[in-house]
Amino acid sequence: MRQFIVLRILYSIVTLFILSMTIFTIVRLTGDPALLMAEPGARPEDLARVRQQWGLDRPWPVQYISFMQNVFTGELGKSFNYRLPVSELYFQRLPNSLQLALVATMISLLVGIPAGIISAVRVNSLWDNLGKIIALLGLSIPGFWLGLVLILVFSVWLRWLPTSGTGDWRHLIMPAIALGWYFSASLLRLTRSSMLEVMRSEYIKLARLKGLPETVVIAMHAFKNALIPVFTLAGVNLVVMVNAAVIIEVIFAWPGIGRLLYEGIFQRDFPLVQGVVVMAGFMIIGVNLLVDVLYAFIDPRIRLTR
Amino acid sequence: MPTIAMSKTAPTMRVADRLRRGINALREAPLLAVLILTGLIVVAVFADVIAPYDPTLPVQGAKFFAPPFWMEGGSLHTPLGTDFQARDVLSRLIFGARVSLLVGLMGTLVAGGLGTALGILSGYLGGWVDQVVMRFTDAWLALPALVFAIFLATMVGPSMWNIVIILGSVYWTRYARVIRGEVLSLREREFVKLAEIAGASKWRVIIRHILPNVMNTTMVLASLTVGVVIIAEASLSFLGVGVPPPKPAWGLMLSEARPTLMAGQWWLTVFPGACIVLIVLATQLFGDWLRVRLDPQLRNL
Repeated sequence: MRQFIVLRILYSIVTLFILSMTIFTIVRLTGDPALLMAEPGARPEDLARVRQQWGLDRPWPVQYISFMQNVFTGELGKSFNYRLPVSELYFQRLPNSLQLALVATMISLLVGIPAGIISAVRVNSLWDNLGKIIALLGLSIPGFWLGLVLILVFSVWLRWLPTSGTGDWRHLIMPAIALGWYFSASLLRLTRSSMLEVMRSEYIKLARLKGLPETVVIAMHAFKNALIPVFTLAGVNLVVMVNAAVIIEVIFAWPGIGRLLYEGIFQRDFPLVQGVVVMAGFMIIGVNLLVDVLYAFIDPRIRLTR
Repeated sequence: MPTIAMSKTAPTMRVADRLRRGINALREAPLLAVLILTGLIVVAVFADVIAPYDPTLPVQGAKFFAPPFWMEGGSLHTPLGTDFQARDVLSRLIFGARVSLLVGLMGTLVAGGLGTALGILSGYLGGWVDQVVMRFTDAWLALPALVFAIFLATMVGPSMWNIVIILGSVYWTRYARVIRGEVLSLREREFVKLAEIAGASKWRVIIRHILPNVMNTTMVLASLTVGVVIIAEASLSFLGVGVPPPKPAWGLMLSEARPTLMAGQWWLTVFPGACIVLIVLATQLFGDWLRVRLDPQLRNL
């Protein structure tokens, strides 16, 4: 058990190292930030001064080490554009992203789990086919286009909801649906297949043989076990949504970290982009590690696989 | 699954037989998906002939923001309306099919090629090669694919071929993972062992024995990637880091429609999006069918 956890942690560190190296290298391969920061037509001396000021004149390995130092001391470097520590900007925006992702996760669970269970319990019925259509549309309708159509219907035509910005729940509902849409479909698929698998297992057969009514078998016995992977996926999805909502946040002018990344990209604010992307990697590697370790606790078979 | 059995036991089956088998198989394919895909491919290939106007130029004598023909103020000369530069929406949609299909197919080809190659190397060679490839796969998977693609696209600069390369280098990971798993079990099989004992070189084993046996899986994964890549391209174009204007890409059309969405010019938003949904839906349906047909084990992917 200990060996398993240590190995997982080591892998996570290696993964994080490769990821940060990749991002760092790509950022530096594609242009000189000093040119963008200095006034247009700046003299070479001025450019050199800017480079020195921001530490861009140092060799790459030194820059990388200081970048990683910044990550671990929690500052994440200083934004070129805002002249503020990246971490300050990041943690200012993070609650907004979390809020949006939480509501989106709730929506996806509310759609995905009931629909998935009904599909699994009544295989090949009308409900199952309806579930299949929802799952198919979930993968085919891009979330951002759904967002645009929602704006068109509820803001432009019906004038029920505000188009963008923050405030109360009315600002939150459309971006959350647009963001949660895709994940509803994936939760639906997982709930269905997980339920089907559990329903075929021995202990469900036994429960039926005992003469328990079908509703009790489904609600008390199958439901509980089938939902473990579903909630795991929902948890991982939550973290992904916090980081991957770029386009939804841009459409709805939602001041989360996705929009921070978008702004950073267009202002060529390298430390900002670097910081946000590395944080995304950090969070997702962290949540994956957590899931691996938790599962090893729950299920001894996993511990033995390596 | 006759196809699998044949490809494993009789690799020398005549080309004509294979072709006939392929055509017979296609007959059972979901009709709707095949119709949509064939239609879109025809439209994309013959866009120059079919499209009534040049997609990049304003239509002579047309109004700006003309609505579709059935609405008041619409005209049959521009059946689906015009955009903010008085360009014909229908013609732009038709040429947009070309961009979407090209990027979708080429991006999938790059991703599939890269991922399959790395997966085979990783699984067959094992050792440090396996470690390096798999750690890179993990690192790539740690970033949400779209965030990674946006990041790369901003760094490299917008062009259609850059997008193909970028999407290919973001979406290869799933292939590498799955193919590696298959190769791990394949390399223990007798026909591989026998080939090795007979003195076949590593490359020969990979190309003659391993590759043909993972092609089914690659095909299934590819059919599922096309839709994802098409949506990713639309997303990048929408954010302004994808296909640059004035090229008519559906994502770009959605982006150009955004400023006037509030004015109720719905046709500029609804039509390009509907096209994306249609094409992705068709590839998904086709992919589902292919998956069940080629490899029942992949049903849960």
